Amino acid sequence: MSSVRILAGTRKGAFVLTSDGKRKDWKISGPHFTGWEIYHLKGSPVDPNRIYASQSSSWFGQQVQRSDDGGETWNAVSAKFDYDGVPGTHQWYDGTPHPWEFKRVWHLEPSLTDPDTVYAGAEDAALFKSTDGGNSWTELSGLRTNATAPGWQPGAGGMCLHTVILDPTNPDRIVIAISAAGAFRSDDGGKSWKPINKGLHSKYIPDPTAEVGHCVHHIAMNPKTPKTLFMQKHWDVMRSDDAGDQWTKISGNLPTDFGFAIDVHAHEPETVYVVPIKSDSEHFPLDGKLQVFRSRTGGNEWEPLTKGLPQQDCYVNILRDAMAVDALDDCGIYFGTTGGQVYCSPNGGDDWTAITEHLPPVLSVEVQTLA
Amino acid sequence: MSLVRVELPAPLLRHAKITTGHEVALEIEAPVTLRRVLDALEDAHPTLRGTIRDQTTKERRAFLRFFACNEDLSHDSPDDPLPEDVVVGREPLIVLGAIAGG
Repeated sequence: MSSVRILAGTRKGAFVLTSDGKRKDWKISGPHFTGWEIYHLKGSPVDPNRIYASQSSSWFGQQVQRSDDGGETWNAVSAKFDYDGVPGTHQWYDGTPHPWEFKRVWHLEPSLTDPDTVYAGAEDAALFKSTDGGNSWTELSGLRTNATAPGWQPGAGGMCLHTVILDPTNPDRIVIAISAAGAFRSDDGGKSWKPINKGLHSKYIPDPTAEVGHCVHHIAMNPKTPKTLFMQKHWDVMRSDDAGDQWTKISGNLPTDFGFAIDVHAHEPETVYVVPIKSDSEHFPLDGKLQVFRSRTGGNEWEPLTKGLPQQDCYVNILRDAMAVDALDDCGIYFGTTGGQVYCSPNGGDDWTAITEHLPPVLSVEVQTLA
Repeated sequence: MSLVRVELPAPLLRHAKITTGHEVALEIEAPVTLRRVLDALEDAHPTLRGTIRDQTTKERRAFLRFFACNEDLSHDSPDDPLPEDVVVGREPLIVLGAIAGG
């Protein structure tokens, strides 16, 4: 029987939550890496026992951990992330030049075909790649040396590269997103990059339709339709049907289109999930009601999903990498909150249950569907 | 050869899977300096690379301090000799995390 394994990164360690395909009874292991911030964990699609974890601390810096047994034991691998050459400057919050400084890894994206190959999205924005299981890292510096890079600026959380999407039909195509530079795409395996922000409109930059400067919060893709991308921008929910060449707003009837997390149903490429957040200065659900919104039409028409979710006095946030879907026949939807809850819907969002309610603030949620 | 004691913060002990207490004992050839002690510590426990000082610049991480014999050595040259009591193992070199946030 199939089973699922949730990899939850939190402010004070990592947790591994497992259940059978019913997704009713859960076993929780952890905390792993107690006391450290775990921005992200993700397993290899070709070897689910191979899991990478980004471990960081204001005191002790960046570490990367690797498990070869499904998260039971871990070993530190290399965390030597050196920018290629002399890094230049990007814009600081006030528009002045600021030198590129490595701070942490926000996202680890294992290769779709090789368990030893993994990408790391870093702050200050850069993409690194390892082909030896994390024992060494090389920057794909064509991104950071893109002609637009001196004009990139940080979002409130730092200038982080937080989204890495690998195209299952085209091994040379990678889509990434940076707060607050925007989305970028490579069609040559990461050597060269171009901004893909046409159609985005951001009022907080001098030219709202500029080539870069957009605070993209997250991008999601269903592997069956890799040219269709769904984006939660700072404000606005967007979609593209040409791998990011052009974006269209699909916020439709959402009560607020600010938010961080977005994901796509595993079997229905036009079924999309977001968690609306009140505003950029009030990072909690509207009216204290935690609601996931689902569109079954690829956007514009959204329905609130509330069954099992708190509908009063709820003031948590759901961060950009804290939503995931499983691949079981009845697709499971998962998200974690800054209040330490991890919610599961085993039926595509109709019903929700809190798997656990008292973890440290949840930074990321990934799900592995195991045979 | 000196046997130098280094006291580490609890998160680093867990990270390096050190289970023998709060200290690590390291054999260091004279002259015993902070740089030589940290080099030896990282050689003995490679997972500590980057946790105490930057892997490339070798600069102390901003939220860490080096104390010994009731003195703050954080801003001394890493090539200065360490106090004699540290060199002979009477006192530990303390790597301490700043009390900042939670």
